Amino acid sequence: MTDQAYNFAYLDEQTKRMIRRAILKGIAIPGYQVPFASREMPMPYGWGTGGVQVTAACLTPDDTLKVIDQGADDTTNAVSIRKFFQRTAGVAVTEATTEATIIQTRHRIPETALTKGQILVYQVPIPEPLRFLEPRETETRKMHELEEYGLMHVKLYEDIARHGTIATSYDYPVKVEGRYVMDPSPIPKFDNPKLSDNPAIQLFGAGREQRIYALPPHTHVVSLDFDDHPFTASKAAHDCDLCAAQDSYLDEVITDDQGNRMFVCSDTDFCRSRREAGHLGRLGTPLSEVEQ
Amino acid sequence: MTVHDRTLTDQPLFQVQGLSKFYGARIGCADVSFDLYPGEVLGIVGESGSGKSTLLSCLAGHLTPDTGRVIFDTAQGPRDTVTMGEAERRRMARTDWAFVHQNPRDGLRMGVSAGGNVGERLMAIGARHYGDIRATAIDWLGRVEIAADRIDDRPRAFSGGMQQRLQIARNLVTGPRLVFMDEPTGGLDVSVQARLLDLLRGLVREMGLSAIIVTHDLAVVRLLADRLMVMKGGHVVEQGLTDQVLDDPQHAYTQLLVSSVLQV
Repeated sequence: MTDQAYNFAYLDEQTKRMIRRAILKGIAIPGYQVPFASREMPMPYGWGTGGVQVTAACLTPDDTLKVIDQGADDTTNAVSIRKFFQRTAGVAVTEATTEATIIQTRHRIPETALTKGQILVYQVPIPEPLRFLEPRETETRKMHELEEYGLMHVKLYEDIARHGTIATSYDYPVKVEGRYVMDPSPIPKFDNPKLSDNPAIQLFGAGREQRIYALPPHTHVVSLDFDDHPFTASKAAHDCDLCAAQDSYLDEVITDDQGNRMFVCSDTDFCRSRREAGHLGRLGTPLSEVEQ
Repeated sequence: MTVHDRTLTDQPLFQVQGLSKFYGARIGCADVSFDLYPGEVLGIVGESGSGKSTLLSCLAGHLTPDTGRVIFDTAQGPRDTVTMGEAERRRMARTDWAFVHQNPRDGLRMGVSAGGNVGERLMAIGARHYGDIRATAIDWLGRVEIAADRIDDRPRAFSGGMQQRLQIARNLVTGPRLVFMDEPTGGLDVSVQARLLDLLRGLVREMGLSAIIVTHDLAVVRLLADRLMVMKGGHVVEQGLTDQVLDDPQHAYTQLLVSSVLQV
């Protein structure tokens, strides 16, 4: 099954060593962006080259891999990365969050709570939370060094001044263990509370920007806010139309040109397991009636 | 000059001793020494290339001087700002100091609303209450004569004079004790200059600020400065009370400078 032309998990061992060093350093300094020598991967930037390299460095033959893209196991990005590791590493793959030992994710944290021993790998497009406020890399590094994070609040201030509320709904900046301000990758702010005190290891890889950062298990992570405009983890004010879940993050799907739409869980594994357990939403069909 | 209700103490706020900065073999500024007392405004004049801006950058910590000491009377007593850590110096630059650039684009965040610009320093020192920050911003916009309904406009939408006033509000909002100004009226037309000077004079008097103003405009120092330093070729050639220096210049260069002003 493994393509013998490749080393296990595509990257050569020295590269994986280099990446593991960066990961260990990242874990030692939670939230700090560790530079690493990002490799050219056989996929375009923006498709998860950073996440793939981190996953490759963490994979062992005994691991079970799950890959999700916006919560879904069956979208292009997820399918192609899963296939990539099936071919180059021959590891077992799964769609069940509970069975996976390594989960590579694009822009979501699974709804099912993660457990000790799991690794969650994020694909990060722009690791620098201050980037759109301060274009100079030398200056942002200095700001991290000296903990000058007032600018981050200027961004939130602008949100409230313009929209009446903090309108940033994804990529919501967080502070890690009271020290580094970190970009949580473009996860919806609904997922932000799950970053904190998570028993799993969370690793962030940015391929184009050549940065790795990490949250070790049970790291304290706080979403930035104002005293009179506290952080709220928002989601669409609906229940899932397939599985009736009230507390999961929803995708809005337009179903026709008459203005009809449905809301479904973005986490497909979570939604399916609920339907298998007999939960049925407004537009759902019982699984027993669905042709397999 | 008459001393207003400002309290002059024996302890200088800012002491500069033997400050020099070289660019390779060329002199930026050489052997500059002066004391600045609380509430005092010092003007530095001189032609282009005379080292005024180099001196100001060294004083404000933007450049590291080659020799000399720059001692500021911090809350913990006098400290040499050249040798103190960068974190501390930058914190001081955000709280006790202010720097008004000649071009407001250098001192403002052009992509951030006026309110955000004024609030940035507050947020940088830990303000975390949106309502309070906004109220302070509105108050300061009023003080620099910008209408409160412009608070959510970006500086791009402002005229040059308004941008400069916004920059001043942004700098003074944390109640600094020492303000560095680099040609604050440069690039503004004369009527706007006059209003800005009037505003600056009011704020400096009202807040009891000490200020160091670099300019080549003698009218600016005549109006604002208590004391004057004249620079040429990186050296201070003459210093003294503003009126004394301008009315009775001793050094040949100062005489040239004073006589070069057009009388309308």
